Amino acid sequence: MWVLRGLRNGVVTTRWPAKPDPYADEWRGPATVLDGGRGTAGERGTAGERGTADRLDQLCPTGAIDQREDGGVTLDQGKCICCGRCVTARPELFGWARGPASGALTRGGLVVPEIAETDEDLAQMRASLRGRTRALGRSVHLRHVDAGSDGSEEWELQALLNPVYDVHRLGVFFTASPRHADVLIVTGAGTRGMAEPLRLTYQGMPDPKIVIAAGTDAVSGGLLADSYATRGGIGEILPVDVWVPGSPPSPFSLLHALLLGLGRLPDRQSAEVTP
Amino acid sequence: MTPVTAATLGAVLAQQVAGGSRFAGLFGTAEPRGVLISAHLADSGTVRTMNVLLPAPGDNYPSVTVRVGAAFWYERELQDAFGLVPVGHPRPEPLILPLPNGAGWHPRPGEQVDAPGVAADPDPRALPRHVTGPGLFTIPHGPVRSGVLESIEYLVETPGEDIPHLNMRVFYKHRGIEKRFEQMPAADGVLLAERVEGTASVAHALAYCHALERLAGCEVPLPARLVRMLHAELERVAGYLDVTARLADAAGLAVATARFSWHKERVLRLVSRLCGSRFGRGIVLPGGIGGLPLAGSAEVLAETARLEKAIGADSAALMGTSSFLDRLRGTGPLRPERARAHGALGPIGRASGFADDSRFTRPYDAYPAVEPAQLSGHADGDALARLRVRMDELGQSFGLIRRAASELGQVAGQPLRADCEPAEGRAVGWAESPHGEVLYDVRLAGGRIVRCRPRSASFHNLVLMHEVFAGDILTDFPFIEASFGLCVAGVAL
Ligand code: SF4
Repeated sequence: MWVLRGLRNGVVTTRWPAKPDPYADEWRGPATVLDGGRGTAGERGTAGERGTADRLDQLCPTGAIDQREDGGVTLDQGKCICCGRCVTARPELFGWARGPASGALTRGGLVVPEIAETDEDLAQMRASLRGRTRALGRSVHLRHVDAGSDGSEEWELQALLNPVYDVHRLGVFFTASPRHADVLIVTGAGTRGMAEPLRLTYQGMPDPKIVIAAGTDAVSGGLLADSYATRGGIGEILPVDVWVPGSPPSPFSLLHALLLGLGRLPDRQSAEVTP
Repeated sequence: MTPVTAATLGAVLAQQVAGGSRFAGLFGTAEPRGVLISAHLADSGTVRTMNVLLPAPGDNYPSVTVRVGAAFWYERELQDAFGLVPVGHPRPEPLILPLPNGAGWHPRPGEQVDAPGVAADPDPRALPRHVTGPGLFTIPHGPVRSGVLESIEYLVETPGEDIPHLNMRVFYKHRGIEKRFEQMPAADGVLLAERVEGTASVAHALAYCHALERLAGCEVPLPARLVRMLHAELERVAGYLDVTARLADAAGLAVATARFSWHKERVLRLVSRLCGSRFGRGIVLPGGIGGLPLAGSAEVLAETARLEKAIGADSAALMGTSSFLDRLRGTGPLRPERARAHGALGPIGRASGFADDSRFTRPYDAYPAVEPAQLSGHADGDALARLRVRMDELGQSFGLIRRAASELGQVAGQPLRADCEPAEGRAVGWAESPHGEVLYDVRLAGGRIVRCRPRSASFHNLVLMHEVFAGDILTDFPFIEASFGLCVAGVAL
C-alpha cells in the first residue's frame, strides 16, 4: 500500500539549483537597503525630516540598521530577524531581498550595501575553503547541532529530507556520528550551556570540515545576543565558513548555503531586490 | 478567606486543585521588597493568580511540590532564578541553570538591573549523580542528538534491580529569555514571544498580546480575530503533521514519513503564501494583526480542501498499518488520574481523558463563536491515543480554517487593529498552541516590560516523561518522545 502511495511523490521534487524554482526565487529573504543606501536618506534636509531620519538607527529591534556619517544607510542582514518594521516604516529606503541566495562566505558579506572587504582576504578565504571542499567527494555528510535555537530552524533543516527538497539527490546525507561528518550545521544563538558540547562535536569531526551558521540567531545571536546565558552567535565558539541569515532560514536558503560552502555555487548569486 | 502566605501556599493550592482548578504555573518576580511568588490556577473562563511575597532576604519557603506534585519543575526553576530553596522538595537540584557550587549568582528576573559582563556558564558537575556505586550506572543520551533535533540530555539512571529512572537535563538551551524581555518596549515583546517556541510562534504571540489587550481593555476587530484563528489552526495542523511524520519515521515507514513531511511542507508554504513567513511571524500584533492574508479566501479554501483530502487518505492508510499501530499501542502510557493531577496540557492531557482546551474553556479571538467539534475522545493515554487525538483534531482545525477563510471574505474594509498601548499594570494571557496551553504573565511600567514570564506547554508537560518511561531508551523512547511532540526551546527559556 505504502509503495504505491510513494510513487505519487516523484513529481513534487524541486530541480533547483539545476532548474529555477518559483518558490525559491520568490522567497522573501532578509530586509535590504534599496538604491545602494543613498536615495532619500541622502537628500533629507529640513529639521523635521532629519528627525525621522535620525530615528533610522532605532527602527530595528536588533540594531541591524546603521546610519553612516555621510548619511548613507547600511543593513546587517546577519542581524535581521525579518520583522518587516523597516520595510513598513520606510518603504522608499528598505525592501525585501528575494530568492534563496541569502548566505555569504564572510560575516561582512551580509552587510548591505556591500562594505569594502579587501580582495586578498576574500581570495584567501575562498582558497582555504576550496582546499577543503576539493577533498570531499560527491557525497557529503552533514552533522547538525542545536546551540540554542527556537525550534523552527530544526524544522527547516528536517525539511531538506522531505520529498520536495530531497537533498539525497545532491549526494547530501545527514549523519549521527561526528566522525563521519564533513559539514557541521549549527542552529541557535550559542547558549553558554551548548558551547562545550558544540566544541566537542567539532573536535570529533575529521579534517577537512566546513561549518555553517544557520539562521540569524546562529549568525549574530539575533534578539538574544550577548547575555548571561547566550553568546552573540556561534562564531564566538567556532570558526564559521558559511553565514546564512533568516529567522528561520528557509529550506532553500539552507540548501543554497550548503552548496555555497561546498563550492558548488557562486558566492551571493545576484539576489533580486523588490520593494 | 485568610490571606495566603508562603507557609500556607502549598495547602491552599492543593485545596484549589482538589476543588477542580488546574495548577497552571508557579513563577517568581524579584522586587525591592523580596521575591513575589505567583501561583496560577486555571478555571473555566479565567486564570486566577495568587501572590505571596517572600520578604528579602528570605531564601527559603516550604515546598509546594510536597502537596501539589505538578510544581516539581517550577520550584526548581524558582531556585535557579532566585536562589529560593523549597524546603522539603524531593529533588531540589538545578534545572535551568546549574552553576558551579558557590557561584551565588541568580538572574533574578523582575529586578531591573543589567548584568553586563556576567557569563553564567552552566556546569554539569553542579548536578548530583543519584546513581553511584558498583553495578549501578547512568546512560546519557544527548545533549547533541543523533537526528536533526533540539538539544536535550536524557539520562537513564539504572539503580541496580530497580526500574530505571529517566532524568532530563534541559539547561543546555537556557537562553535567558525572561531577562531579555525586561525593559523592552511592550510592542517589541511580541517579537521575542514569537521566538520562545519557534514552532508555536502564533500561539506565543497570541498569549502575549492577549495579556496586553486585557491591560488596554481593547477589543480586537473581527477580521483580526478571524486571521488569528486561521493562523493558529494552520500552526496546529503543521505541528500535528510533524508529530505524525516523526512517529512514522520512528517506525521506519519511509513512504509514510515522506508523505506526511510533504503535507507539512505544503502547510508551511500556504502559511508563507499568506504572510511571507512559514511560521506565521509578524501576523499577530497587540490589538490586532499586521495585515490581511496575501492570498484570497478562495485560494485558501481550495488549497486546504486539497490538503485535507490528501492527509485524510494517508491518515487512513497509516492507521490501517498494523505494524505501526503495534509500536504505538500501550507505549508510554499516562494514566488518567496522573494526567488530571498534573493538569496535563494539550493532546497529551486529552489523550488521557483530561481535556482543558483553552480555545473552548477560556475562549479568545474568534473561538467564542465556535462550537467545539464532537471528537471521539480517545483516552487510553498511550502514544496511539495521543496520535488519534491529533488526527481527530486535524479535522476540527480544517473546519476552523474553512470557517475563518470564508468569514474573512465578508468583512472587507473593516479595521485590522485596535489601539493597544497599555503603559502600566499586570495581566495574564493565554492561547492553545499545538503543544497545549501557553500562558504569559506580563507586567508593564511606563510602556516597557518589567516582567514577562512565558510558560510553555512544553515546560509543563515534558516532566511527565518521567511517568511514562518504562526503562527502554532504545525501542520505545523515540515513539514516546515523538508522541509528546514538544519543543525543547520552550522548556528552559
Ligand atoms: S526587517 Fe526588522 S530586523 Fe530586519 S532590518 Fe528591518 S527592522 Fe531590522
